Amino acid sequence: MTSVALSAHRMRLELYPQKPWLLAALASLVLLVSLGALGLGATGLPPARVLRIVTDALVSPTAMAGGDALIILQVRLPRLLLGLLIGAALASSGALMQGLFRNPLADPSLIGVSAGAALAAATTIVLGDALLAPLIGPLPFMALPIGAFTGGLLTTFALYVIATRSGRTSIATMLLAGVAFGAFSGAIMGLFSYLSDDRQLRDLSFWSLGSLSGATWTKVVTATPFIVPTLLAMPFLARGLNALALGEAEAFHLGVPVQRVKALTIMLVAVAVGASVAAAGMIGFVGIMVPHVLRLMAGADHRMLLPASALLGAALLVAADTVARTVTAPAELPIGILTAAIGAPFFLWLLLRRPGA
Amino acid sequence: MTAILEAEGISYRSGSRMLIDSVDLSFASGSFSIVIGPNGAGKSTLLRILCGELQPTGGSIRWNGEPLRSIPAWRLAHRRAMMPQASDLNFPFTVFEVACLGVEGIGRGLSRRDRQCLALDALEQADVAHLAQRNYQSLSGGERQRVHFARVLAQLKAGQSLERQQVLFLDEPIASLDLKHQLSLLQESKRLVQDGLTVIAVLHDLQIACSTADELIIMQAGRLVTQGKPDAALTPRRLAEVFGVELIPPGITSSPWRLVLEEHTCSTSAPRRAGSGIGYK
Repeated sequence: MTSVALSAHRMRLELYPQKPWLLAALASLVLLVSLGALGLGATGLPPARVLRIVTDALVSPTAMAGGDALIILQVRLPRLLLGLLIGAALASSGALMQGLFRNPLADPSLIGVSAGAALAAATTIVLGDALLAPLIGPLPFMALPIGAFTGGLLTTFALYVIATRSGRTSIATMLLAGVAFGAFSGAIMGLFSYLSDDRQLRDLSFWSLGSLSGATWTKVVTATPFIVPTLLAMPFLARGLNALALGEAEAFHLGVPVQRVKALTIMLVAVAVGASVAAAGMIGFVGIMVPHVLRLMAGADHRMLLPASALLGAALLVAADTVARTVTAPAELPIGILTAAIGAPFFLWLLLRRPGA
Repeated sequence: MTAILEAEGISYRSGSRMLIDSVDLSFASGSFSIVIGPNGAGKSTLLRILCGELQPTGGSIRWNGEPLRSIPAWRLAHRRAMMPQASDLNFPFTVFEVACLGVEGIGRGLSRRDRQCLALDALEQADVAHLAQRNYQSLSGGERQRVHFARVLAQLKAGQSLERQQVLFLDEPIASLDLKHQLSLLQESKRLVQDGLTVIAVLHDLQIACSTADELIIMQAGRLVTQGKPDAALTPRRLAEVFGVELIPPGITSSPWRLVLEEHTCSTSAPRRAGSGIGYK
């Protein structure tokens, strides 16, 4: 190209802004929401006091905390971090799934991880005491999350094997098998809620609506190694998913290692969502809504969409959790009720408002 | 001219059906070959095998003497581009972003700016630069096809930083284009052939195929009928045998089609063949 043509193009390229401000704006939103989440609650604390407590704890982590500091450091901070992790995991997993399935309505449930986790959790809740306890003694404290995580992962693996023939995974087969498994697990769940006693039924419904109320430092530390790799791997998948939007054959023509992108995406999503569900139950709608909102705002390029989804998902889940634990204090709403009750109408409004819809 | 692409006895079986049945082909570097044949003759399947997308169930393919199977996907993406028949997008990519998909990860030593410039150049070549900021989903079928033409042009251009000898596959590239853009797409392809590109296309319009191609490849029911210069390959008898249509006797030639074609292609096409007035009864 001649330099004249180049400079003419340079001027024209200014027409295609990359919107770097969006990620900065979303990161600020996450910080703002986090400060609010730490300050709001039965004991209200101003942001300055919150910051002071957190920085003090960072400077001298071994110092004994008391009073307000105890509330912040032992109750609200782990809950905040767990909310950030899970929100980021669910939203970016949603974006990854939609890219993989080339469908804006896809979500992690299509690869069976949520259904498998739910089934395993229900089994643990309803049959755990009756069947497992006599064999191995009283169920350990982490039995439910470990069961759910394992169940989700095993299910996804099974669907992956079903859908893979001679080294190629058929996304359509995986989707159909996922739907079939979802129906099956729904039936078993129905059977379990029919069989369960009152306490088990409450546990079941609480779990299937999701909640961050059980957040502890242990859960944060346990979930981190499963969720963070997904977040870190996203930039490497972005180009492949962009090309995959054109079709699998087209992605291959563009030199994308299609099968590797598929397998890696499925694995990362299963691990991240499995860990999220294990830690906080089923929280719906974040995975569909967040990427969709961002596509309307910033376009479909996964290089922007994936990190933006993680940030907005984190902010949204923490905000929803803050509302869930303050609006009916001292009681708590399951967070899944809130994300769906507020998310669905907002989503509809967005769809209707869209020009040309 | 040396052969850039050679297929030896390739077959493709799907279930019990032979979609491609022991086909031998050779493509000279810098030539324009057009595959014709009735529906279901295996034209698209042949293209998908030659570009490495489908593994033939029999036979072998060599690119510059190198077995196709041994060339990794990323390297193939530098050597050839494939323009698909139709491509839906379920996400709101802009036209500019679609063109950029052609250059992402292709080529060596190109900055982000360079790649974007290649994409813009290609959009201009395909006459869709004015649509650059439009949502791809809002385009008509013909406009979409031109955007994909731009995308593959950008891919080849970026790939040139690594591979000099390249092949462009076009699967019914002009199916939904208006007349003007049909001609300009084919002219652009011919210009690239003169610069050394090898083009292999599937076309349905026999008149355009005959006036554009250096070589015709005629397929029928998965078998190769013949490969050769248009005049030699597409005789009236073959037309009747393969397509089941008969020629209108020469002399009644003047369809408006023919006139427009010759006006536009005279600069690049091979010497005009006299009295080849092909028309359908």
